[in-house]
Order: sequence, then structure tokens, then C-alpha cells
Amino acid sequence: MNATQRRARMRATQRIGALMIATTMTGGIMPAALAAQREDRPVVVASKPFGESYLLAEMFSQLLESRGFKVDRKPGLGATEIAFGALRTDAIDAYPEYTGTGLIAILHDTLPDSVAADPRAVFAHVARRFADLYHVRWLPPLGFQNTYAIAVTRSTASRYHLRTLSDLAREGSHLTAGFTADFIGRNDGLVGLSRVYGLKPRAVRPLAPAVKYQALASGAVDVIDGYSTDGLLARYDLVTLIDDKHFFPPYEAAALVSNRLDREAPGAVAALALLSGRLDERTMRQLNRRVEVDGEDVKKVASDELAALGLTGTPPERGSVQGAPSGQQQSGFLRYLWDRRATIWALTVRHLELVAFALLAAVIIAVPLGLALERTRRIAEPTIGGLGVLQTIPSIALLAFMIPLLGVGVAPALVALWLYALYPIARGTYTGVRDADPDAVAAAEALGTTPTQRLLWVRLPLAAPVIMAGIRTAAVITVGAATLAAFIGAGGLGEPIVAGLALADTRMILSGALPAAVLALAVDGVLAIVERLVAPAHRRKRFWRTRTEGLDRAVTPAV
Amino acid sequence: MPISLAARNVSHRFGNTVALDDVSIDIPAGRATALVGESGSGKTTLLRCFNRLVEPERGQVMVGDEDVRSQSPVSLRRGIGYVQQHGGLLPHWRVLRNVALVPTLQHMPDSTDAALHALELVGLPSAQFGSRFPHELSGGQRQRVALARSIAARPGVILLDEPFGALDAISRAELQESFDNLRRDLTVTTLLVTHDLAEAGRLAEEVVVMRKGRIEQRGSMRDLIHAPATDYVARLIGRARAGLEALRA
Repeated sequence: MNATQRRARMRATQRIGALMIATTMTGGIMPAALAAQREDRPVVVASKPFGESYLLAEMFSQLLESRGFKVDRKPGLGATEIAFGALRTDAIDAYPEYTGTGLIAILHDTLPDSVAADPRAVFAHVARRFADLYHVRWLPPLGFQNTYAIAVTRSTASRYHLRTLSDLAREGSHLTAGFTADFIGRNDGLVGLSRVYGLKPRAVRPLAPAVKYQALASGAVDVIDGYSTDGLLARYDLVTLIDDKHFFPPYEAAALVSNRLDREAPGAVAALALLSGRLDERTMRQLNRRVEVDGEDVKKVASDELAALGLTGTPPERGSVQGAPSGQQQSGFLRYLWDRRATIWALTVRHLELVAFALLAAVIIAVPLGLALERTRRIAEPTIGGLGVLQTIPSIALLAFMIPLLGVGVAPALVALWLYALYPIARGTYTGVRDADPDAVAAAEALGTTPTQRLLWVRLPLAAPVIMAGIRTAAVITVGAATLAAFIGAGGLGEPIVAGLALADTRMILSGALPAAVLALAVDGVLAIVERLVAPAHRRKRFWRTRTEGLDRAVTPAV
Repeated sequence: MPISLAARNVSHRFGNTVALDDVSIDIPAGRATALVGESGSGKTTLLRCFNRLVEPERGQVMVGDEDVRSQSPVSLRRGIGYVQQHGGLLPHWRVLRNVALVPTLQHMPDSTDAALHALELVGLPSAQFGSRFPHELSGGQRQRVALARSIAARPGVILLDEPFGALDAISRAELQESFDNLRRDLTVTTLLVTHDLAEAGRLAEEVVVMRKGRIEQRGSMRDLIHAPATDYVARLIGRARAGLEALRA
């Protein structure tokens, strides 16, 4: 038993212990009330930030709702670490995952080739290990695989006679690759591909998932990594190269469900299991195409398919449904914004709330901290330097760290934004107060002011504009950073941005990005006015003078 | 009431640099004394010992009959006027409020009246200047305000650290004259730091020449000119005189 396993086993023991205590206590005191509460808690269904994950999560949600369960949707959670971290700590209850990802990205297991090639064996292995280590359950696979698909254009394929990944490795020196950053770094990505096939492209460009298909189509790159069920593979008429050495493990899609749901709502788990084995690869590719290429609404596509599978209501007529959204797509962008104004407004308000609370908390901590550091200058630079280091933690990593402590939703987002806002405010306060007019400070000291009087009468008023500038910087940064809150299910204007990137929907991206930009400008503008109001009296003077002078002239009759 | 000042065997170092080397001096109440010397001679350090801006490593510093360490720096400083080279007015306070600073700190009931009176004394009518901000004044006016601030609470002693050093020659001469009249009217003990021997001769009854943390000579300007105690003092006098003659020629 290795260290990780031991730790996990210990954690499991602790958790079981805690559970037993909790059950005994609550069971003894108020079982009825608790049971009612359990039923009240909605099933939290999440997804990762790409189209297929959104669609599957939406199908899970509608299926549960059709069976009478309340559902709380948290789509687009950051990445594997965030989504799985949330599930493991019961912050969410279900999300779609892939066995290969579970095997390599979460378990970090290597299997003998004979086992790795067999989807059933891989599923069995992953399901058993997840149950042992995390008490998390894989429902039986949905019925399709979504593996990495290394794709080239038809013309590239015929020009270099490419059919398999071995062919690609042979011609690698002529070709430029455009891979997602994730794929470049993963063992089941480029690293392993180079080892097994000897693939060495002429150059490797890291590309965002949303742009790689356009990059390939425009000839900027020659080969990309996609997912085998991507709707865009068909749209761009791409050739998927055959994995002739069986390098990629099977990526069978399945619902992962939390320990809590398994325990407290077996009915919900049973409902989700209804989808097992019902979606084949062809179906999935069609559904993805409707979302990613035709721009159909995810909700609509999900409900159509559930109905077609006979799991909910009656199947709608396909033609009429497909007609509507394509017509909608032709209408103008402003129209689109107008139609979604209520949603955008709600997201903007949420965004502003996140920014306001995080900023307020940062001001409450960082301004007094900056003032205190001015009195204890020896530790000032190391302390502020420490806050600066926080800035360098990638936001996704910071959010992932916080899930075990705070779960998903507003709380971890607020804490992350708060941490990012501390540095500019503390730095501005400390520098401003330290460098406030040295002659005036020295004279005030020589004439018998106390340190507190110097702070309140001299340093603070003179430093006010510098402190405000720090707060302004923090505010604008926070407005931008708050879009990342969507990765952790806290809402805000990041939600349409993340969803739009996942669904390759530019209008959706803009419907979040534009209000966010306007919000940043507005916040900056408002704080600029505040900055003027808190400026020390002698600097404020010109502003007031001109106004009062104008007033004087207006009311004083000429003599 | 003017107060006497005294330093007994005072020594102080900044790091490895000796600033004061066993200095003893008595400054009688009501007299004007100038500390003269080059940069690094220790004159400013000595001045700052009297209001505890410098705490000397060794020796005793007296203000009146009391060791400066017998009261807190804050209350000690409130009883001592202080003017520095760059006036150090609070830029965001209007002139009247600046001048009323020490009376306010002392909780004087008529602090505004004290400030108004001090402004009149330095030749700045409060009606015209009281509500201005420091940056709306000339350099000379600002130093006058600083002077007013130092006397507003009627201290028994004023410490001046190169108070006119940053002014042009004309403002400087004007201000020297006003200050001379002022301190005679007020009968206050003044200790003035300057690197300008002529200024020292003009404003002080006694001149103390300092060099490398020690006192070279103390006496009236006449004593210094006619009986320089060391070569250094003689050279200093010679240089000042050469300057004057060059001006005449």
C-alpha cells in the first residue's frame, strides 16, 4: 500500500467515523426534520467547460426533473480537478466524465497494454479504484467513446498519404501541429504520442479549443487534436487518423455520482442510470453537431433526445425545432442581446455583487494592513511580497485548492477574488503613506504630534489618492477576474463566456464579454470620481474653486 | 518666559560616523545663539538633541532645569518652537490651520486667536493669507508661516534649522530682518543652525563654530574675527570676508 492509498484509506476511515457520529446524533434527535431537509436539497448537476459535457449534463438534469427531482445546474466547472474535486467533497452530485480521463488524469494509473486496450476492463478498473479511494460511483457507461482524435484536412491527408498515426509520425517533420495546452502537457497527449510513435512535428503551437478548427481550416496549422465526437470534425470534413498502435486508452463516457447522492437519493441515481448504454457514437456526434455547428439551444437538443429515447414526454417534430434557432441566428447581435436582457442583467448584478463584496473585504483588510506595515517597515516588503506571490498562482489552481475547504459556488470565488485584490490595495496604502510629503511629516513630528495624529492628519490625507489608485486597480482587476468565477459555479458574466467558448458560440461569448468590459469601465469611472473626492484639500481646490467662483459670479451682482 | 538650554558631554554616532564628540554647551535664556559649521560638523545633530529628534548615546541634555528625558518627546516638543529649511507646512491645511497646529495640540482655548496674532507678527495679514494653501504662497511667505507656526503657542525656546537656507537673497535678507525684530520683541531663547557665517553674525549674539562633532570656538562675532581660536576658524572668517570684499569690488 503506497502513501497515497494509505492517506486515502485514513481519510475514508475518518469520514466513515464522522458519518457514524452524525447519523447517531441526528438519528437520535430529529430524524424527521433531517429527512425533509434531504429531500429539499436539489441534485447538483455539473459539467466541464466543453460542448458535449454541457449537453450531457443538461440531459442528466432534465431526466432528473422529469422524475420529480429538483436540480441545481452548475455547468462549465473549470477543468477536471475542479469538477472532480467538487464531486469528491459532495459540493456537486453528478457530472459526465470519461474513463480514460479518470484513469490517467485522476488516478495516474498505468495499466498493462492488454487491459488498457479493453474498454470493459478499463471501466471495471476505474470504477473499482474510485469506489475504494474516493467513495465515488461510476454509473454504467452511456454507450459511446469520446477519445482523442488527431485530425488533418482531407487535402493534407491525400498529399502526404496519411491514414494512421504512424503515417503522421513519418511525415511529422513537414507538419505544424496546433494542440490544446492540456494535450501538449498530458501523458496521454503529445508526451506519450512522441514516445510511442516517435512523432516530432516541425512546430507545435498551443491553441485554445475554440479556435483550433478555424486554425486548421485556414491552413495556419496542419494537424490538431480533437475529440472523436466533436461536431466540428464533420463540419470541416476532416480526416481522423487511426491510432494503429492503440496508444489512447478508451474514453467511455459515464455519469459520475457523489457519495452523498448515492446514499441519500438512490432514486436519483436510478434515474440517471436510465441513460446507460443509450447513446452511441453516431448519435452523440449528431447531437454535438446540432449544438456546436448549427447553434441550437442545448436545452432543446437535450429534451429532443430524451424524448426520442422515450425517457421523457413525447418526441417533438424535428423539422420545426431545427428551423427556429437557425432563423434566430440570422437575426442581429443586438436583437440577441435584447432577447437575453433579463439574463444578462441578472448575470451583471451577480458579477457586480462578487466584485463589490470581494473588494470591500479586501479594503477592510489591506488598508489597515498597509498602515500597520508603515509602522513596522522591516517586515513590510516581505509581507507585501507575499501578497504579490498570491497574484502569481493561476486562478484555476487557486479555485481548485479551495474546493475541499469551501466547495463550489460563491464562497470560493469570493475568497479567490479577495486574495487577488489584497496586493494592489496593500501596496498602494503602504507606499502612499510611507512617501507622503516627508517635510510635512518631519515638521509635524518636531512640533509634537503623536504618531496617530501624524497618520490621521498628515499621512492618510496626503496618501488618499495613492490608496484610491490601488483600490481602483484592484477593482478593475477584480471585474476581469470575476469572469473566472464561472469555472467554479459562482455565476456572473463569465458564465456566457465559458459556455460560449465551449459551444463555439461567438454571440454567447460576447454577451458576457461586452457587459464585463462596460462594467470594468464603469467601475473605473466611478472610482475616478471617488479618487477626486478624497484628494487632499489643496489638490481638490481647483475643482471647487472654479465651481464656487462660477457660483459667485452668478449670484453676486456686478458692482 | 525664555528657557535656557544645556548639553553636557554629549556624544552620538550614526553607524560608524561620529556626529557629536563629547560636546558641552550652555545657552543662556533669552539669548540668540548660532551653530555654524560645514555639512557633517554635527550642528544639526546637536540642535535636534534638544527636542529629542536625536537621542544621544552619551551625555545629558537639559531644557530649562530638566533633563529632556524626564518628559515624553511629544509633550517636550509641544513646548519648543521649530522651523526647518523647507518649512514643512502641511500642504492640505490652510495657512491659519497650519499656524494653529501647536496651540491646538496644547488644547489652548483661543488657538485661533493665537494663530491670527502670530501671523500678524510675521507680517502676513490673516485676512489676506489665512485662508490660502501653502502652495499659493511664495517661498519667503511659506517660511514666514513656518515661523508663525513655531511661535504661535509662545514657546520659551525656538530651534531653527537652516530656516532661510532655501530662499533667494532678497527674501532671505527681508526675513532675517523680520526675524531679528521678532525674537527681540518676544524675548525667546533661539538656537539657529546655519552654514552662513554672515547670517550667524547678523542674527545671533553668540556664535558657536563646530567641526567634526566638536566645538572649535564660541564667542561673539567680534571675538571670532579678532581672536580666532584655531586655524580652522581663521580660515572660515577669511573665506567669509573674501566673499564680502568680492561683493564690494
